[in-house]
Amino acid sequence: MIYNPEFECLPRSAMKALQGERLGKMLSHVYENVPFYRKKFENLALKPADIESVDDLSSLFFTTKDDLRENYPFNLFAVPLQQVVRVHSSSGTTGKPTVVGYTRHDIELWAEVAARTLAGAGCTDSDIVQVAYGYGLFTGGLGMHYGAEKMGAMTIPVSGGNTKRQLMLLQDFKSTILACTPSYALLLGEIGEEMGVDFSTLPFRAGVFGAEPSTEKMRREVENRLHIKGYDIYGLSEVIGPGVSFECDEQDGLHINEDHFYPEIINPQTGEVLPEGEQGELVFTCLTKEALPLIRYRTKDITALHYGKCACGRTTVRMEKVTGRTDDMLIIRGVNVFPSQIETVLLSIEETEPHYQIIVQKRGPIDELEIQFEVNEDIFSDEVKKLLAIEQKVAREIESVLGLRAKVKLVEPKTIHRSEGKAKRVIDLRKEQ
Amino acid sequence: MKIQQLSIFLENTAGRLYDIVSVLGKAGINIRALSLADTAEFGILRLIVDKVDKAYEELKKSQHTVSITEVIAVEVEDRPGGLAEVLEKFADNDINVEYMYAFVEKKYDNAVLIFRIEDIEAAVDVLKKAGVKMIDHQRLLEL
Repeated sequence: MIYNPEFECLPRSAMKALQGERLGKMLSHVYENVPFYRKKFENLALKPADIESVDDLSSLFFTTKDDLRENYPFNLFAVPLQQVVRVHSSSGTTGKPTVVGYTRHDIELWAEVAARTLAGAGCTDSDIVQVAYGYGLFTGGLGMHYGAEKMGAMTIPVSGGNTKRQLMLLQDFKSTILACTPSYALLLGEIGEEMGVDFSTLPFRAGVFGAEPSTEKMRREVENRLHIKGYDIYGLSEVIGPGVSFECDEQDGLHINEDHFYPEIINPQTGEVLPEGEQGELVFTCLTKEALPLIRYRTKDITALHYGKCACGRTTVRMEKVTGRTDDMLIIRGVNVFPSQIETVLLSIEETEPHYQIIVQKRGPIDELEIQFEVNEDIFSDEVKKLLAIEQKVAREIESVLGLRAKVKLVEPKTIHRSEGKAKRVIDLRKEQ
Repeated sequence: MKIQQLSIFLENTAGRLYDIVSVLGKAGINIRALSLADTAEFGILRLIVDKVDKAYEELKKSQHTVSITEVIAVEVEDRPGGLAEVLEKFADNDINVEYMYAFVEKKYDNAVLIFRIEDIEAAVDVLKKAGVKMIDHQRLLEL
């Protein structure tokens, strides 16, 4: 089901025109009301009227998380505080938290995009939605809650945690859709199995999973354990919260609610806008929000955009599952490398979750990339040539993906250091050399 | 006529080989024959031991990558041309030897050749037809 076909199925040219029109108003709004943005325009000797369409956005500045911190708590708000009806905030584990605000209109808009998100998972007003994201300053719980109510579904605001109660409600209230993080869904599955819950007999049929990165493999595992279909969703509080983008039945990329949030992909070093299909940093410009309309906000998430029409009928641009963060990015011989790209290559060769380590060091003036990965029984052969062939295959695949030659080395099991069950993936020795 | 051989992955760093043989030594497992293939970065240790299953369990427990592979053991007289005669049979029948190693048993004045062959059934047939003496695990331990 498509919640709002009028906007979600707009022809591309009409979408672009709509975005241009909304962008113009938005830029005037921030220029008039946010001193931070007025200064940014002045620094470039530009006026909002100089930006005639979304294509001109590339000549503007960016907004970063640091800008939000420096303007803590409310200095980026574009409306007087009496118009703000809600705030949310990040946890602030690294320094000051980031604070986001919403007007009544913004809350309504958020409910709309969250309802579209649930519709992507087939939700209608006859569904029972169990919202197991945390309620509170975190946007997850309340965001999905308002979306589910807007949809007209019966909404269970159970919030996160208390797994046994979650399982009880799932069985007694006959919830059909669960909204939570993928790792929590996995935990529910495990504990449910221990308690003897037979998920296959429940009306429970879909999960709306977001708020943390996850792999395709993890999704399949959750689907198999809980006997449901899992839908990835994406959102961040700076943009609005859950409801920025979502998967439909095709599970082929996440539809961005681009009539409200205009996406760009940039090269994280140069800031240059990249063409369709190329991986880079995702950047959003809010087109309709009132209280905190960020312009070209850098998400630090790595993905690519695809504009082709989806089989579901929506015409909105789709983003790939987020594959990494710009914080994890390495620059090796001038090439941007994400650990997740290497992991994908290893996953295609090994059946199991690979244990690997990326070591970068200087050999003379040249950066050398070495990938060590642990031998396991699936790939072990007692013939040297077969093991060498695996190393060569990995090296070849890496070269075709990254365009970089890598030294690939098989190491003994459990020799790659693990802290708290997770391996440290990257060792960059160049800073010390 | 097939013999079970243990193959273990090891990195080319100090102490790795010691680590493996000490695990086996402590578990009371005797090594009958041994060969080590090495590259610049890693090696593969191949062992024929008295208690294969126990050795396998012990090595798994100590978190080594280990597999059991099937090999053929052939007993030949310890004299010039002994090995050549066996290899000739393989060559004539297009049988490719992945690797081999050998040791000499003075008690019987014989040499024992261990072969790893991809098409092990074909190799067994060829050797049987040629009247070459293959030995089983029991005999190998008694030598």
